[in-house]
Amino acid sequence: MSSIEVLPELKQIIGSLLFAAKKPLTAKEIRKVLTDAGAGYGGPYVQFAEIKEDEIVAAVTELTEELARSSTGLCIAEVAHGYRLQNEINCGPWVRTLLDKDHNARLSKPALETLAIIAYRQPILRSEIESVRGVAVDQVLRNLVEMQLVKVVARSDLPGRPWLFGTTQRFLEHFGLRALDEMPGMEELKRMEKPERTKTFPAMEKELELRAQEALTEDDDESGEIEETN
Amino acid sequence: MHMADLLPNEEYKVNLEVFEGPLDLLLYLIKKDEVDIYDIPIGRITTQYMEYLDLMKILNLEIAGDFIVMAATLMVIKSRLLLPDEDRGPVEEDDEDDPRWDLVRQLVEYKKFKDAAGFLGQLEEIQENVFSREGEHVELGMRPDVGMSDVSIFDLISALNQALDRAPKEELNEIFAEQFTVSEKVDYLLEATKNGKPLTLGRLFRGMRSRQEIVCTFLAVLELMKLNRLVARQDNHFDEIVIEQIENGEPEPVLQKDEQL
Repeated sequence: MSSIEVLPELKQIIGSLLFAAKKPLTAKEIRKVLTDAGAGYGGPYVQFAEIKEDEIVAAVTELTEELARSSTGLCIAEVAHGYRLQNEINCGPWVRTLLDKDHNARLSKPALETLAIIAYRQPILRSEIESVRGVAVDQVLRNLVEMQLVKVVARSDLPGRPWLFGTTQRFLEHFGLRALDEMPGMEELKRMEKPERTKTFPAMEKELELRAQEALTEDDDESGEIEETN
Repeated sequence: MHMADLLPNEEYKVNLEVFEGPLDLLLYLIKKDEVDIYDIPIGRITTQYMEYLDLMKILNLEIAGDFIVMAATLMVIKSRLLLPDEDRGPVEEDDEDDPRWDLVRQLVEYKKFKDAAGFLGQLEEIQENVFSREGEHVELGMRPDVGMSDVSIFDLISALNQALDRAPKEELNEIFAEQFTVSEKVDYLLEATKNGKPLTLGRLFRGMRSRQEIVCTFLAVLELMKLNRLVARQDNHFDEIVIEQIENGEPEPVLQKDEQL
């Protein structure tokens, strides 16, 4: 078993964890590693076993600043609720060349729109997405699920128990978002579904009355709609 | 409309799936005409909508049935607007009573999502330059959905519409004139855009006197875009559309209906 002469600082450990991780690490996950390593190796390793999450967050902040100051070409970004060690954006073209990722394969507009609707309104039915976009989305939706940007999160209680869709961790990673609330106007768009105005009670009563009237004449209306246009 | 005569003698189908829906077309027309979304001139917009719909049908684009449903909705709204106020039903809040209101609400909502999609698109562009260890970018597959990311189908149709408007009215002898074919226009386009030479649609259509020739050329542009040989771009909204050839070692496109054309 190897021994270490000088115990590293917390931020060094975190730096190496972020380097080795295959996905963004949350403070909680880092804490778990520290605890497990303490239990597994014992001795001096126990020193970091009791670290609290806010100490980890503070260490990450310090590390982030140091990385930025020392111009290493690397930086730490907050993505998908965790931290990710990545290259600095202005170095991107060289990394792309190295990895042979020079083709621009971006998501299509319909795919982005469908994703946006799902992101704001999840969990959401396919039919609800379609009523916003005014056009069928099954193919687009299938592709998004295949790319793991979208997943089935539940089944609704409606007849036929249709699927409800939501965005994935991968969605956040793909767009470099820390969390969904980083998307603009999240609160407003989430709610727009419901009428914007808060209805007063008399107004609601009136509306119900109207609905009842409409329901009575509905059959005629539906068959008559097209003819009306002539 | 007798514009169907403009199609090449054999029915030619580009099989280009139109991803945009009726709401996209309406938003496009509203933006193009710079009208207030909260006060849409229904008559004018409906006329334009039908015009585009007709063109899409003539081009045999695979349009969704939703386009027809929206056409009916527009007509219903138009007819309701013609009714005197008192016949429309109980007058309460003016907004609620406006027959356009439901559509306006839907359009405004959709517009917000479109903007959000634009935001995601910008993020995606940034993330293209970001790599983490083993962090694989989402694999989008080799075929990006047709080279249409920058120009919408409606922009293209609008260009076609303009070219058709400019073309002189068909004369009688036109019937006996030489017929143009899509495959011949495909060859012409590949030649005209050789060596990365950009070509504006305006210049492409200029000098074409026959409406049938314009339609054939337009179909050839769509076909080449679909085959990923041409890409269309537009620097600003409603600017001239520029087409460019995509340089790659792919074999020449083969038109399935070549013999018939």
